[in-house]
Amino acid sequence: MLGRLAVPAISLSGLLLLWIIAAALTADPQILPQPFALVGPWLAEIRSGALPHHLGQTLVRVIWAFCLAMSLGLILGLLMGRFERLNRWLDPWLVVFLNLPALVLIVLCYLWIGLNETAAIVAVTLNKVPNVTVTIREGARALSADLDAMARVYRMSGWARLRHVLLPQLAPFVAAAARGGVAVIWKIVLVVEFLGRSNGIGFKIHLYFQLFDVGMVLIYALSFIVVMLAVEWLILQPWERRARRWRTA
Amino acid sequence: MIRVDIRAKSFGDTPVLGPVAFEVAKGETVAILGPSGIGKTTLLRIVAGLDDRFEGTVERPGRIAMVFQEPTLLPWRSVLQNLTLVHPGLTRRAARDMLARVGIGDKAHAFPGQLSLGQQRRLALARAFAGHPELLIMDEPFVSLDPATAETMLALTERLIAEERPATLFVTHSRAEAERLGTRILDLAGRPAILSPAQGQDI
Ligand SMILES: Nc1ncnc2c1ncn2[C@@H]1O[C@H](COP(=O)(O)OP(=O)(O)OP(=O)(O)O)[C@@H](O)[C@H]1O
Ligand SMILES: [Mg+2]
Repeated sequence: MLGRLAVPAISLSGLLLLWIIAAALTADPQILPQPFALVGPWLAEIRSGALPHHLGQTLVRVIWAFCLAMSLGLILGLLMGRFERLNRWLDPWLVVFLNLPALVLIVLCYLWIGLNETAAIVAVTLNKVPNVTVTIREGARALSADLDAMARVYRMSGWARLRHVLLPQLAPFVAAAARGGVAVIWKIVLVVEFLGRSNGIGFKIHLYFQLFDVGMVLIYALSFIVVMLAVEWLILQPWERRARRWRTA
Repeated sequence: MIRVDIRAKSFGDTPVLGPVAFEVAKGETVAILGPSGIGKTTLLRIVAGLDDRFEGTVERPGRIAMVFQEPTLLPWRSVLQNLTLVHPGLTRRAARDMLARVGIGDKAHAFPGQLSLGQQRRLALARAFAGHPELLIMDEPFVSLDPATAETMLALTERLIAEERPATLFVTHSRAEAERLGTRILDLAGRPAILSPAQGQDI
């Protein structure tokens, strides 16, 4: 237990130390302020409600895009993994979308759908669906034919089969897709906000970038990183450990 | 009553089964003997309804249970859940009783991976009988067990069949096993495989 918390803590302190040294060497708070110099403005942003507001906006977009991308990718991946004919037809599309730069998709979505929330979420979702699909397709191809036969002989209901036969086999693949998903999605969400939204962390970073305020850029960026790390450590990793319990028991 | 009337079964261009026809009455146990690779598993999968790409007809009841060549358990669910999830009508109490009947009553909360192969096969047997099947299909349920464990399993299966009296169709390599459990023995031989002349003999 201690090891699990202590190692990341020490490792992160090292990063902080590096920052302090770099800031001391730079000796110009305009370019790189000391971390402790940010605490005051950070608290002020929280108290004013601006930071929680924009953080909330960004998180809502992350959650929407994440859920949409995971559901679509899960369905597509399962279908493509199970039906080889469908796979042959859809695979070229997948390759195209996998290689389309995120920026192109974002700009096109804004141009075609408009500078609105729908376009923002569609752009992020489309960026992530192909990766999820590829990962889930691998899982669908590895499904056990023996367990499928067992479920059919005993006439397990569709729901029971999905929940107790299919999803546990897919769990490692879903977890991998989710981990990669969150990591990519929250980065793209910031770009989407940077380019065409009037709230959210990406918007604030854009604003302070134009004002050349490194301190505020760091405050908003770091707050978001902290939230994403919390999601990783408090939700994703415990869930994965739980799903893996039968292997290690 | 199970009525099997297969005219032909092939994988691609390779014929595996020729004309194979037999019936199994309720409470009757039919053993199928034959060398490895002859088509025994193929025949059982057709009878179970897992493979419908063959010429012919099979009449089977609604409640079927199958003991596969491998235990084929849900490794991510507990021993008890392996019964209750597969048979939603089964109460936890009845499931525990079933585990006790096959001698793994103390393992209810373990995962299948924590059981020995013999115990996993007992669980597979418990799962088969827990649904009170009208037709029980078993594919070499006692292979790769040491003689003593195989003997215990055999006695257990004998007792469960006597208690539940399903129509039973089972495959084995061992004539001794077939003679002990089976009221009738069918020999599969040839390529494509057919029932050899000894078919339908009573013991
Ligand atoms: N899915 C398949 N595709 C092509 N050929 C198959 C397939 N399944 C089985 N066969 C072939 O059909 C024949 C019969 O196989 P089957 O599994 O029924 O044998 P078996 O009698 O059960 O053997 P064993 O005692 O070793 O389990 C074998 O020659 C095998 O190679
Ligand atoms: Mg076989």
